[in-house]
Amino acid sequence: MWLVFHNVKALGGLTFTQVLLVFGIADVCFSLADMFFGHLDSLPTYLRQGTLDVFYLRPQPLLLQLITSDISLRRLSRASVGLASMVIALWLNDIHWSAATVGLLAMTMICSTAIYCAVYVWAAGAQFFLVNGAEFTNAFVYGGRYAATQPASVWNKPLKVVFGFIFPMAITAYVPTLALLGLPGPSWLPAWLAWTTPLFAAWSWIFGLAFWRFGVRHYQGGGG
Amino acid sequence: MIIETDQLTREFKRRGKPKLVAVDHLDIRVEPGETVGYIGANGAGKSTTIKMLTGILVPTSGSVRTCGLDPLKQRRELARRVGVVFGQRSQLWWDLPTAESFTILGAIHHLGRTELTARRDELVEQLELGEFLSTPVRQLSLGQRMRAEVAAALLHSPQLIILDEPTIGLDVLSKQRLRDFLVAERRRHGTTLLLTTHDMGDIERLCERVLVVDHGRLAYDGSLAGLSRTVGAQRVLVVDLADGTRQRIPFDAEKVTAATVLAQASERAEVRDLSIEEPDIEDVVRRIYSAAR
Ligand SMILES: Nc1ncnc2c1ncn2[C@@H]1O[C@H](COP(=O)(O)OP(=O)(O)OP(=O)(O)O)[C@@H](O)[C@H]1O
Ligand SMILES: [Mg+2]
Repeated sequence: MWLVFHNVKALGGLTFTQVLLVFGIADVCFSLADMFFGHLDSLPTYLRQGTLDVFYLRPQPLLLQLITSDISLRRLSRASVGLASMVIALWLNDIHWSAATVGLLAMTMICSTAIYCAVYVWAAGAQFFLVNGAEFTNAFVYGGRYAATQPASVWNKPLKVVFGFIFPMAITAYVPTLALLGLPGPSWLPAWLAWTTPLFAAWSWIFGLAFWRFGVRHYQGGGG
Repeated sequence: MIIETDQLTREFKRRGKPKLVAVDHLDIRVEPGETVGYIGANGAGKSTTIKMLTGILVPTSGSVRTCGLDPLKQRRELARRVGVVFGQRSQLWWDLPTAESFTILGAIHHLGRTELTARRDELVEQLELGEFLSTPVRQLSLGQRMRAEVAAALLHSPQLIILDEPTIGLDVLSKQRLRDFLVAERRRHGTTLLLTTHDMGDIERLCERVLVVDHGRLAYDGSLAGLSRTVGAQRVLVVDLADGTRQRIPFDAEKVTAATVLAQASERAEVRDLSIEEPDIEDVVRRIYSAAR
């Protein structure tokens, strides 16, 4: 990572330590989401094997059954790099610590995790329609993860549309970082949007759950 | 009414081919306590119907109510009242011992500890699961696994049991045991039973009523005897005579008893051994189909 930033002194108008904060927040939240919802990755396998029928026969919400079928604490260890980055970045950067910034950071951590979780749910819902759907949705899940760790000001137009608003990745780490650092942000993404992450989280969940529900109703059954 | 379908239809889209109507305007009504055999050729639409009854598949049109509930909107409530066994699918945890699967299922269905213990002990005894309770499911024989599957589906004492080919692949003895268990279970708890099978023995032993489905449409609804009568299926008395020859004597079970036929045969020659062949389910179904066309 150091190598990537070594030659470029400022990325998208940010310094290295500022980018480190974007990366840290995004990575910690994504790792948390991955721990809770990452197991939805195995949905295509269930669909292919036709073993999903069994989940329909149990009196719990399908989504809950799928995510709890394997909550892996091992996945949490992946958060360590992000956590280290975040702690170092919070320490190195010049942040005006106040109740507002602490509150903002806490809110960001919760809402960003929720947004990444919602992306997993959306991707899972899409598996019901798509053949080899994982390849398609991974572009958004892991593409989104990667995009979130970057300052959104360096994104190109299509990325801005997809990860700025449809899957609000810019809101998860970049914009909160701007707000924490007291920077204004680009005109299309003003820093005050950092206070609206709950709205973006709610939107993501509505979008994700709608897809999921649509997918569940579209299930074709496992044969037999 | 425990099962009620009204013009229930399910289509599947197929690439490059016209859509397939797997279940076609099906009207079925089942009262609590009935035992119903749901039979038909491969691909007739049996499993598809069952999946709509349990909320797995969404009907293309028509309506369905199971245990008085809407299987889609009230899927979770329904799951507490129905037990389903798919002969070709497992609902046990492959790597866990059977006993542990039961514990998990008990938690899933919110069974109290005493309730769970009592029910589990009952099922373990009735289905003779004791000897392999601590064996991981993947190491069980097919017969053992099926018994464990049935126990798993009945753990929460459902009012309706749906079995999709429960005896597939079982040997004669295992089939017999499973049927005996289902008969006893029903006598004890008054459970409603719906089962699909390709084995006439299952139907004869378990079902008072038979539904025959053909290309997604209901071709027959009535008693098994009535079905045999409709298609003129006959039982056959096979006798080995003292002179070493074997005779096959078809007779109509509605009109004469096997004993009478045997008595008449014995008058003519000395009978050393005998067996009775039941009408074959595939044969009965085939005749229904050809009669309908
Ligand atoms: N998911 C699916 N996609 C496409 N077609 C399907 C699907 N599921 C079932 N079908 C088709 O619907 C028809 C009915 O299938 P179903 O499994 O209900 O038959 P069945 O009566 O249970 O047969 P069997 O005795 O072989 O189990 C078959 O022609 C089958 O190919
Ligand atoms: Mg079937």
